[in-house]
This record gives sequence, structure tokens and C-alpha cells, in this order.
Amino acid sequence: MMVFFWVIVVLISLSMLAFIYRLIVGPTVPDRVVALDSLGVALISMIGIFSILVDTSFFLEIILLLAILAFIGTVAFSKFLEKGEIIQRDNDHR
Amino acid sequence: MKTNDVILQTTTKIIFFIIFLFSIHIFFAGHYTPGGGFVGGLLTASGIVLLLLAFDLKTVTTALPINYTVMTAIGLLLALSTAAGSIFFNVPFFTHAFDYFELPLLGKQSLHTAMLFDTGVYLVVVGVTMTIIQSIGADD
Repeated sequence: MMVFFWVIVVLISLSMLAFIYRLIVGPTVPDRVVALDSLGVALISMIGIFSILVDTSFFLEIILLLAILAFIGTVAFSKFLEKGEIIQRDNDHR
Repeated sequence: MKTNDVILQTTTKIIFFIIFLFSIHIFFAGHYTPGGGFVGGLLTASGIVLLLLAFDLKTVTTALPINYTVMTAIGLLLALSTAAGSIFFNVPFFTHAFDYFELPLLGKQSLHTAMLFDTGVYLVVVGVTMTIIQSIGADD
């Protein structure tokens, strides 16, 4: 059964390599942002597999925390690309 | 330019409470499982940052009228008074105490004065992070 999880680790590592390729090569900035978001999701699944491999449930909170951080980071990048400023002073003038 | 970000704002209205509850859970779980005041404070601050991203600085300061500098000061005072309270009982500085209490609705619980120190850490981390982000974000 452990061989199965190690095969999954290798597969996720290969997909992370593909994401890193898109992160480096990606011609536009949105390509890189999507690559970073996918890299975060791959990292979350990797932590899940590792918490099975080392047989502990202490990593499960890191998964939720990393998901929240990846979401907030992607939203911040998207807002910077869309509006040019991340935190607006007020919305009245729009 | 009028942009319509109703999806982001509606998602934020739901996700903020999930992040806040998770930060409270991480804060209270710090004694027996990974977590504690620092991570809980950072997670609360990132929830408020998500509010700042979806809405704007004026709306968030109207919704949460908190002076974060005063919050930092209260946290430092709480941590220092928890540490200094031990010298009134003829024990060294920073000695913590705990005991078991029968709480209504919760049963037998262990209450520890390290929790008060952790509350101080939580308030300082939230206050300092939000002061940094607000003073950078409000810069024109």
C-alpha cells in the first residue's frame, strides 16, 4: 500500500515540475499567477499524502491554512493585475 | 472605470467567517496540538486582509472600528501583566499556574495562565500586522 502513495508522490512531483516550467516560461503575467495557484494546490495534496506516509494528523491544519493563503495570494495578484492597486482607499468615485 | 466584483464580495462574505473561526480554533488548540497565538493572529489578520481586498479601506474601517495601535498596546500589557502577576505569589517571574475547574456546559477543563499570555501574543500579532498593512495600503 505504501508503494501506491510513493507513486502518487512521484506523479505530484512531476506535475509540480510542469507548473514550475509554466511559471518560468509563461509568456504573460496571468499565466504565472495561475501556475502559482496550481502549485499551491499541488503542494496541498503533497502535504496530504505526506501526512498519510508519516502517519500523523498534525499536518491537516496546515492544509487548510495553505489553501487560505493560496486563495488570498491569488486574489491579491488578480486585483493588482485588474485595477493596479491592491487595497483601495474608497469605492465612491468609481 | 466601473468594475463589477460581486462574485469576490459574495465569496468573501462567506469565507471571512470560515477563516475567522479557523483562526479561533488554531488559537485555542495551541496547548495540545500545533497552533497558538502567533498563527491564530496571522490568520485573523489575513481574514481582515481578504476583507480589505474585496472591499476598500473606508468600508472595512467602518465595519470594524478598531484602533490597531491600541490593540497592540493592550496585548503587550496583557502579556506583561501575566508575567508580572507571578511575583505576587513568591514565585519567580514568568511562572505559570494551572488548575482543573468544573465549568458549566463544558465539564472538567484545565485553565492555564499561559492562555492569557497567548491572548496577549494574539492581540499584538493582529495589531502589528494590520497596522503595517493599513499604513502601506493607505499610502497615496
